[in-house]
Amino acid sequence: MIEVNLITGRTIEQGASMEISKLSDEYTKATAICELDSEDMTQLGIKDGDNVKVSSVAGSVIVKARNATQGPHKGMAFIPMGPWANSITGTGSDSTGMPPFKGIDVKIEEAKAEKVLSARELIEEVYRGI
Amino acid sequence: MQESLSKRCTVASDVVCPFCGTLCDDIEVDVKDNKITDVRHACRIGTAKFFSVLEEGRPTKPLIRKNGVMVETTVDTAVKKAAEILKKSIRPLLYGWSSTSCEAHAHGIAIAEEVGGVIDGTTSVCHGPSVLAIQDVGCPSCTLAEVKNRADLVIYWGCNPMHAHPRHLSRYTIYPRGYFRERGHQDRELIVIDVRKTDTAKIANKFIKVDYGRDYELLGAIRAAVNGNEINAEVVGGVTKEEIQKLAEKLKNCQFGVIFFGMGLTMTSAKHRNIDNAICLTKDLNRHTKFSIMPMRGHYNVTGFGEVLTWQTGYPYAVDFSTGYPRYNPGETSANDVLQRGEADAALIVASDPVAHFPRKSVEYLAKMPLIYIGPHHTPTSLLADVFIPSTFVGIETGGTAYRMDTVPLYAKKVVDGPKGVLSDEEILERIYKEIVRGK
Ligand code: SF4
Repeated sequence: MIEVNLITGRTIEQGASMEISKLSDEYTKATAICELDSEDMTQLGIKDGDNVKVSSVAGSVIVKARNATQGPHKGMAFIPMGPWANSITGTGSDSTGMPPFKGIDVKIEEAKAEKVLSARELIEEVYRGI
Repeated sequence: MQESLSKRCTVASDVVCPFCGTLCDDIEVDVKDNKITDVRHACRIGTAKFFSVLEEGRPTKPLIRKNGVMVETTVDTAVKKAAEILKKSIRPLLYGWSSTSCEAHAHGIAIAEEVGGVIDGTTSVCHGPSVLAIQDVGCPSCTLAEVKNRADLVIYWGCNPMHAHPRHLSRYTIYPRGYFRERGHQDRELIVIDVRKTDTAKIANKFIKVDYGRDYELLGAIRAAVNGNEINAEVVGGVTKEEIQKLAEKLKNCQFGVIFFGMGLTMTSAKHRNIDNAICLTKDLNRHTKFSIMPMRGHYNVTGFGEVLTWQTGYPYAVDFSTGYPRYNPGETSANDVLQRGEADAALIVASDPVAHFPRKSVEYLAKMPLIYIGPHHTPTSLLADVFIPSTFVGIETGGTAYRMDTVPLYAKKVVDGPKGVLSDEEILERIYKEIVRGK
């Protein structure tokens, strides 16, 4: 397990695949990922494409670990904006209206045996039962 | 024009791309038998957007939730149901608006006023803090055409246009030849300041890596150096004093500089105070040379929503009509705050996808309330909707006005007809408004 600072944001792959459809496999492939520094991957004992569990005080989510291509950024993780990232973004806005989408303290563990949900599964499973 | 376009193979030129705030207006679209067959000049995301009108299984019939299941219905029934939900609601939230036309915005704002709702745009989760800073300290800005023709120093701070605004550099800032920059990129310098060595940073003349959450301090130190003051630290935000002083000299000595900034400033710890400091740096630099600053607005008409809401209510986002007049207090009247306090009891979502892009807690509240969704695609938000009215794509199937990130309005053309029976956001919202005020 490692503790890192998580930031979320746009990638071109996430942007293009969401225009195909947010319910498509392309979107899941582009967005249900966590970019990690190679040193952090080594410390976790995982390789590119392995599933990881990312947890914050707000919740946890399973995504695929990816080698960061915009690094090195040891101690920092990046998840593209979308329902996977927002399963773990926190609450409040410091009275500005802006939720905390960057700078989230998260724990990352290897989760090779667990499944990455699609956007549909994630929304239906997590929220429909409310 | 639409008739001739839909009957023969033709090329629509100077089409506006309705995806990001760069609002490229040089797109060419081939159309055959009312189908888009090719798209030229757009980036990867823009091209995907044009082709998304052809999505297999695209919704064309309104849906209403009955006993937990979404069933097909008519537009009239869906409009009536939407009006009923909004009329019954005590504190409805009307949210989204960044991917539709200004003409649609006007109807949305009229509905918000009529039902005493809270109306907010996606600004509150992107450049809301920039608006707060601009209201405090102003904003020395310019148009993208001025950047293209004049800028010899371009800074991208906390933004990654190679991913989020892919043609920004090639159309306006670095690569194009300009009136005073005849050799294009050879006449310009690109500096990127970010926490990661992003794909934009990789092509920069200079990349400055700032420690996460330390932009405010770094901006302050650069201002100190620009203003001839001593920096009382060897390293600020991960950047050495010498590097800061060198950067300050470079900024002071350019002919026309511009800072473009993004979520790396608006979303990190100091939020609007980061922007405040960046704007003040720009002001300081204008004592030495010509400098401008501009937010990298994300969705293609997020700027337009701010314009329309401001000319109609006096405020650019997070407007609350519950007292009968517009009230504005981001942090209180902004979408996520209204949701997370559990205040909203119904929601109208137009041209955005908060279920994908809001934090989990906000989405949990959205899931609990009657939710009306208007948009062209099935999305995570449509999955939670109780009323879903599919609409046409503005800028592809319906014309409409949009504002580029530099607040220049452009008319986004219609290039093909939408699916039969599918109305535009503007028409749907107008019908909902009429239904709400009917018999009054
Ligand atoms: S840069 Fe933005 S506006 Fe231009 S083509 Fe790409 S997505 Fe469209």
